[in-house]
This record gives sequence, C-alpha cells and structure tokens, in this order.
Amino acid sequence: MPQLSCQDLCLGYEGKAVVSDLTFGVCVGDYLCIVGENGSGKSTLMKTILKLMAPISGQVLTGDGLAANEIGYLPQQTAVQKDFPASVREVVRAGCLNRRGMRPFYNKSEKRIADDNMKKLGIDSIAKRCYRELSGGQQQRALLARALCATRKILLLDEPAAGLDPKASAEMYDLIMALNSGGTTIIMISHDIAASVKYASHILHIGSQSALFFGTKADYLGSEIGRIYAGLGGEGI
Amino acid sequence: MTTAMNQLTLYFQFPFVRYAMIVGVLIALCSSLLGVTLVLKRFSFIGDGLSHVAFGAIAIATALNLTNSFLLVLPVTIISAILLLRTGQNTKIKGDAAIAMISVGALAIGYLIMNLFAGSSNLAGDVCATLFGSTSILTLTMTEVWLCVILSALVIAVFVLFYHKIFSVTFDEDFATATGTNAKTYNLILAVIIAVIIVLAINLVGTLLIAALVVFPAMSAMRVFKSFKSVTICSVGVSVVCAALGILISILAGTPVGSTIVAADIAGFIIFSAFGFIMRR
Ligand SMILES: Nc1ncnc2c1ncn2[C@@H]1O[C@H](COP(=O)(O)OP(=O)(O)OP(=O)(O)O)[C@@H](O)[C@H]1O
Ligand SMILES: [Mg+2]
Repeated sequence: MPQLSCQDLCLGYEGKAVVSDLTFGVCVGDYLCIVGENGSGKSTLMKTILKLMAPISGQVLTGDGLAANEIGYLPQQTAVQKDFPASVREVVRAGCLNRRGMRPFYNKSEKRIADDNMKKLGIDSIAKRCYRELSGGQQQRALLARALCATRKILLLDEPAAGLDPKASAEMYDLIMALNSGGTTIIMISHDIAASVKYASHILHIGSQSALFFGTKADYLGSEIGRIYAGLGGEGI
Repeated sequence: MTTAMNQLTLYFQFPFVRYAMIVGVLIALCSSLLGVTLVLKRFSFIGDGLSHVAFGAIAIATALNLTNSFLLVLPVTIISAILLLRTGQNTKIKGDAAIAMISVGALAIGYLIMNLFAGSSNLAGDVCATLFGSTSILTLTMTEVWLCVILSALVIAVFVLFYHKIFSVTFDEDFATATGTNAKTYNLILAVIIAVIIVLAINLVGTLLIAALVVFPAMSAMRVFKSFKSVTICSVGVSVVCAALGILISILAGTPVGSTIVAADIAGFIIFSAFGFIMRR
C-alpha cells in the first residue's frame, strides 16, 4: 500500500483546471522529483497533497496512518509580512510544534532538534538575527531547517535549491539524500534536472495540461520526453 | 512634586481609584499581548469594527435597562468576531465591505436606539462616555472589577498556553496547517480573545480608542526589537507603563482617562521610534 496516492486528480483555482488526470503513488522511502515548466501546476499539486486546497475532482489518499503532524514542508514562497519580528531560532523551532501535542512549551529534545538542524544548514551563527533582515538564501536555509524539524515520515520540498549558492545546494542535496536513506520519503519540486535525475528514484513530469510521465528514473531516462528534457540539462523548458 | 505625591496618596485612599488602577493596568496588559498578532494579521481593522458592534450592544443594553451590560455585550461581540473573521477569510474585498457595513450599521443603530429609548436627560454625555470612556472607569462596581480580573486572567492563560502556536499561525499559516496545526481553531480562539479584550477595554478608553490600545504598544516595540518574544514582552511593558502613567496624570490633571492613556501611548511610540532610528545609525 503506497504511503500517499493520487487518483484522477484534477487541480486548479476557482473551478478552472490547471492540471488534470494525475494518477501516481509514493511508497515509503521513495524519492520523487516533480519536474515541469513554470506554471504547469507543480506547487498547486503540492498544496493539494498537503490539503491546503481542495482538488476540483479526484482524491489524495494517505496510507500507513500518515498524519499531518509527521509531514515536513518547505513552501516555494512565504508571504511573510514586512516587519514581522521573528528570530531565526523562533522560525526554526516552529517546525517542532507538531511533535508537541498540547504541551505549551518546547522540551529539551525539541530544542536540540532545532539547534541540530540549524547547525546542519550553517545558520547557527545567525540564530538570533531577525528573519526578515536575512538574505534570500539565508531565509531559504532557515525555512529548510524548519521543514527538517517537522519531518518524521515524509518531506515535501518546493524548489529547495532556489536562492542557495552552489556549495549550500550541494550540501542540501546530500542532507536530503541522507534523510532519504534513513527511510524518510521525499517529494521534491525541482528545476534542477541534473540533480533530480541524479538523486530521485521516481520522476513525475507535469505538462501544460496533464501528466506527461510518471515512473522510475530509469524508465524516465529511457523515454522520449525524459531524453529531451534531461538532455537539455534543465535549461529552456 | 510633594504636593502631587500628597494628592495621589489622598486619591488612592478611595477604593474606586484603586479599582481603576487595577482594571486599567490589566486591560492594558491584555490588549497589548495580542497586539503584534493583530497588527500582522491585519486584524486590527476587525477590532475597530467590533468596537462599533460593542457600542450598538451597549446602546441596546441601556435601552433594556440591563443592570449588567457585560452579559449582553460580551456574547454579541464574540459572535460578531467569529462572523467577521469568516467573511474576512473568504474574499478580501467583500470581507472589508462586510466589516464596514456591520460596524457603521451598528454605530448608527446604536445611536438611534439610545436616542429613542434612553431615559437619561444627558444623552450627549452618555454617548460621549461610551465612545471615549470618559468616566466609566471611575464608576466600576465590585462585580465589574472581578469580572475584569477573571477575564484578563483567562486571556493571559490562553495566550501563554498557545503562545508558540499563535506565533506559528501568524508567521506562516500554510506551513502551520500543512504540518498539522489547525490554523482555523487558532484563528477562532484569536477572534474570541479580541472580542473579550474589546469588551474589557470599553471601560477604559471607550469604543473609539480601543484600536489605539492594541496597535500603539506593538508598533512601539517593533521599532526596537526584532524577535517575537522580545516584542511581545516589550509591548506589554510599554502598554502597562503608559496606562499607569495615563491614569495617574488624568487623576492629577483632571483630564479624561481614555484619551490621556492614548496620548501616553503616542508619546511612547515617538520615543521608541526615535530610539529605533538612533540604534540603526
Ligand atoms: N492563488 C492562485 N489563484 C489563481 N490561479 C493561480 C494561483 N496560484 C497559481 N495559479 C495558477 O495556477 C497555475 C499553476 O501554478 P503553480 O504555482 O502550481 O505553478 P508551478 O508549476 O509551481 O510553477 P513554478 O515552476 O513557476 O513554481 C499557473 O497558471 C498560475 O497562474
Ligand atoms: Mg511552484
């Protein structure tokens, strides 16, 4: 039984479909990369999986007793208001919130998880800085650390490499690979086709109206669309 | 200076002055706790709308000759808060229009009812007192003081218990929802707390000046501090100090309590703005 499966999904805003006929499943330990051009509906799919919006038709099924508080999520954009007073540490710790249940404060192990993830992403030295005053890449690292804190079974990432410098993004891919090896399911949206093909076990390629491909990486590289897209090295499309 | 001190000692021998001080400080504390969240979630205008609803409810309570208007005003305001929050979430423009309609409507109907039914000869004085809270803080009954203490304690307890969740929902509602925090519940809790704070604050500053009590301390603190915790603590401090100062000054100088407190809050905002400006140089 897949951990997460989507059946005949039709997604969109206010009744207008963006993508339709999406059917795929993700099993425990899979590493799924979602690729496709800008505006094809990748972020929309992720929001639907997370139940932030309802699909027009079809359904998202979770198996394995997957609960919302076992999910980690890195949004593509966070509409954080200007002037929001929040330190990096406060933002990262918010990722531990879902472990806590009704307990009003973080305990030692949760604080340690937050500290560890900040170290992993190299932002422990700016833990006390104001989130709003960081650079785009530093903000991205803070949100990644928050997502890692929230993850227990599955991690959904919407363009995690956006804004990261080459060294940081290589480290990020290694970090996620290590998590995946430890059994965490990964679903990642990425425009970095080289990295997608390198790390993923499965690929979902979304076209302008429907899914163009879903299957294992090996099948994707063998398919016509995979050869075209991967051959472009992520540029252009 | 000594005469002022003597005068204050004299005044504080009256129980109603002590009550006013206790209630004033508690209300200032509660309203500033949620200031940051309300400002950032753009709920401050809902607060404004709600205060007008509360005015309408007070008018009805006066017309009905209710001895304890709390009993009517509190539920009406809480229900309106929940309704306003619902409409506000659906569609932005319609939500704004709905709030404007409800708040202005409640204001007009309230004044109409006061005119039609109020037996008091001093109508303008009554209306002015409700709008600006000029005297009601000095005429609190023992029940009102206790009610205020209990409600404040509840507000503070809820805030402390849900502090981290309120932060997370305010900072990034999508992430909070996606990772299993029920943002809707917390928005509901926020709405109820706003309603309670507004009903409490009517006693202190009247319905027109409540927004100032919520917004100014938070804005002052945000000039200088950068983390949620420090801003929250600082705005509580600023609010309490300004309220205490405002009440003392109004006793000594005979100025209206509500507007004096708001004036103190404005002064605090100017000082903190200047401080923040200097620190950034
Ligand atoms: N809030 C919204 N309301 C209405 N339409 C939207 C909304 N958000 C996105 N869309 C539309 O839905 C389509 C898919 O958007 P989506 O953000 O899912 O694309 P994407 O595949 O993530 O693109 P990108 O690679 O740029 O991140 C786009 O055509 C966009 O215009
Ligand atoms: Mg996207």
